[in-house]
Amino acid sequence: MSSQIESLVNKEYQYGFVTDIESDAIPRGLTEETVRLISARKNEPQWLLDWRLKAFKRWLSMTEPRWPNVKYGEIDYQAQTYYSAPKSVKPLQSLDEVDPELLKTYEKLGISLNEQKRLSGVAVDAIFDSVSVGTTMKEELKKHGVIFCSFGEAVIEHPELVQRYLGSVVPYSDNFFAALNSAVFSDGSFVYIPKGVRCPLELSTYFRINAADTGQFERTLIVADEGAYVSYLEGCTAPKRSTNQLHAAVVEIVALDDAQVKYSTVQNWYAGDKDGVGGIYNFVTKRGKAFTNSKISWTQVETGSAITWKYPSVILQGDNSTGEFYSVAVVNNKQQADTGTKMIHIGKNTKSTIISKGISAGHGQNSYRGQVKVLPKATGARNYTQCDSMLIGNQCGAHTFPYIEIANNSATLEHEASTSKIGEDQIFYCKQRGLNAEHAISLIVAGFCKEVFKELPMEFALEAQQLLGISLEGSVG
Amino acid sequence: MTAHSNYRELFEAATHGVAKDWLPSLKIAAIEQFEAIGFPTTRDEDWHFTSVTPIAERIFRPVRSSGTSLTSDDVARFTYGQEAWHLLVFVNGRYEPSLSSFAELDAEAQVMTFSEALKEAPELLAERLGTLAPSTQAFTALNTAFMADGVVIRVPKDVVIETPIHILHLTDAHANGASLHPRTLMIAERGARMVLVETFATVGGGAYFTNHVAEVVVGAQARVDHYKVQREGGEAFHVGTTQATQERDSIYHAFSFATGAQLSRTNVYSRLLGENAEVRLNGLYALEEAQHGDHQTYVEHIAPACSSREVYKGILDGTSHGVFNGKVFVHPEAQQTDGKQTNKALLLSEGARVDTKPQLEIFADDVKCTHGATVGRLDEMAQFYMKSRGIGADRTRALLTYAFAAEVLELIELEPLKAALEGLLFERFIPPETA
Repeated sequence: MSSQIESLVNKEYQYGFVTDIESDAIPRGLTEETVRLISARKNEPQWLLDWRLKAFKRWLSMTEPRWPNVKYGEIDYQAQTYYSAPKSVKPLQSLDEVDPELLKTYEKLGISLNEQKRLSGVAVDAIFDSVSVGTTMKEELKKHGVIFCSFGEAVIEHPELVQRYLGSVVPYSDNFFAALNSAVFSDGSFVYIPKGVRCPLELSTYFRINAADTGQFERTLIVADEGAYVSYLEGCTAPKRSTNQLHAAVVEIVALDDAQVKYSTVQNWYAGDKDGVGGIYNFVTKRGKAFTNSKISWTQVETGSAITWKYPSVILQGDNSTGEFYSVAVVNNKQQADTGTKMIHIGKNTKSTIISKGISAGHGQNSYRGQVKVLPKATGARNYTQCDSMLIGNQCGAHTFPYIEIANNSATLEHEASTSKIGEDQIFYCKQRGLNAEHAISLIVAGFCKEVFKELPMEFALEAQQLLGISLEGSVG
Repeated sequence: MTAHSNYRELFEAATHGVAKDWLPSLKIAAIEQFEAIGFPTTRDEDWHFTSVTPIAERIFRPVRSSGTSLTSDDVARFTYGQEAWHLLVFVNGRYEPSLSSFAELDAEAQVMTFSEALKEAPELLAERLGTLAPSTQAFTALNTAFMADGVVIRVPKDVVIETPIHILHLTDAHANGASLHPRTLMIAERGARMVLVETFATVGGGAYFTNHVAEVVVGAQARVDHYKVQREGGEAFHVGTTQATQERDSIYHAFSFATGAQLSRTNVYSRLLGENAEVRLNGLYALEEAQHGDHQTYVEHIAPACSSREVYKGILDGTSHGVFNGKVFVHPEAQQTDGKQTNKALLLSEGARVDTKPQLEIFADDVKCTHGATVGRLDEMAQFYMKSRGIGADRTRALLTYAFAAEVLELIELEPLKAALEGLLFERFIPPETA
């Protein structure tokens, strides 16, 4: 690796800053009392508290999974703060009431609510640490009967919907981190699209972890009723921290008959410095359940976090349902990612597509782990999987762990995977055309990831490409 | 699981008389290791899809009786019509000189049974045995603890053995309920060449358990072709592990053909230690009824510029269950690795099931590694084409199935074996009334 390249690799995290706002955090540690306290703070009904407590009890009996292909030190769950809300919060009438410090933060991130509201027509439910502080375009959505609000609000205003669907896709007992989330989740987003409604806007949430050492436990629930359509965007950046931050989110999607849900993520949380100090631990459970003729599509661009453990999955419950997974995962420096998907074919004539692009640079370790399971009754199931890995530099690793489990002979499955080095001849060609090395790599990587980027909504596609550029600048030797 | 603790008792009994001088420390260490790890369970990642409970819950004693009722006619059924090949026949795990036919080898090459090797080349056994296949795996440990006979082959520098060596493991009725732990140690020194065929079959053996381990050292510029044909009885259990190491510029080709046993597991591992070595692991399995067949391959690219090629195909009928797990591991130093793996499974019936896990673990950047896996039924277009040509549905199915399988047999370079296995498949998939 040349020195020029090294200097590029070591580029600082652009979004590393801490907003100085008073936080209303509860004491560190996790006991039953913590769970009760969180629930009380949020004025939650009894059924939700009971659910949290059941999850907490279950969590106590579980052990942290060690099978992912990632290494990290012991997490002290008692040293975390499980709830933190910016202090100023009262029900807000308009953006003017939002703490100007907060608004400045969003501006630094390039997601000024005003801008977005006015120009892009995107309704933004911005989450600052754990409490929603500003929600736009509510009126427009209301006209169509779309519910898009913070999880806490949904619990109060639409308890019947929340109670019906919460935990229906990811039960609290699902896994260690899902159980933890179920016990202590602080806030998140709730979306409900009524029957036959095509959501007029792309819904978007920006997450931001702010207070130091605050584990953030988001819970997102998206319900698309029969024949509904929604495209949901999730994007995030996090300020620079020296101690690791734990993030264990749960996202549940329910696509009822004939519904379509498209969920896109750009994840660029702080990845730690070049020696692997700091950075976010991102342990996420994302899953959708697709009923008859419905479709759930996951698209993710993962460039941040010190450790990523994430498998957006689809349970293809109904006949003719479709599941898709498009992913770009980039690791650089000491980042580790173990990510992929699960496609569980239960209904007849179910289809799934998996396109995964992994890019490893620096000392990064990137694993694709995916499962395609066709149950005995899933006649006519189809799957196409393609997972490609690109290696940049000789200190990184790329790993592929596909699990293909077929118990129906009418299933058709194709799986392809490849791992190779970034093409030196391609770089040479670009350079010869007057592009510098940095630009050349960015171009080649963009081409490598094209199949995934084209699935992203326009604004995200641009942001994603820029993020990749920043993450990988000059990381070639 | 407590079932494995019974093996200590059996071990004491087995080693008490005959095997006192049999590398006792190696064997004791092995049984201790086995006791410590026990049989694998489906919680072990490497055994996730294969439960060995049917093996673990029984107690397979070593075969007691010596002598056999098998005749040369029985043997002739499994020799692929090749009388010229060197043939070593083992019945119920014991070498049977009367059934074997062994022509003089090149003066320096050695082919010995274990008891011969203990006398003639004890230092070779002491030095090599158990180094490639350590007792860290339960079944290997069990084999090492109980191995009673086997073959040691040493081909010295630049010696080429033209005639294939065929080791035929047969069982008869005495084997019912018993276990066999045959062992093979093969050393091809620099520039040596040889072809080894290992066949596992039975003449009325019943529910026996074969637990075979082969260790193969492929020296620099050496070439070893290693064919394994597993046609155990329908009630039998088979676990086979082949572990090879390869020095620079060597070629190792391992082919596994498996149609037998109610429960089988075949491991083929190769470690590429020297630059520019080449490994080819190919295989075909055809299962029916309630058979369970598991293949696991592991290629470890340690040195740079090595290549690995893998093609495995499976045909699953009835309620059979096929498992394939192919791992390719590339160490940071193993630049210019070229790895390619293909795994295809054909599901003939509704109850058939396949689990496949092609894995890549890559720590070097200048590599080209791919794998592909497909699972499906017979191609409908091809079936339609055959139909349009006036060929009946049954025959179409038979021909296409045969064609699917025969493709991988093309990779066998030993012509008589290829022809024999093609014949077996033809018999199996193309019934006489439609032929």
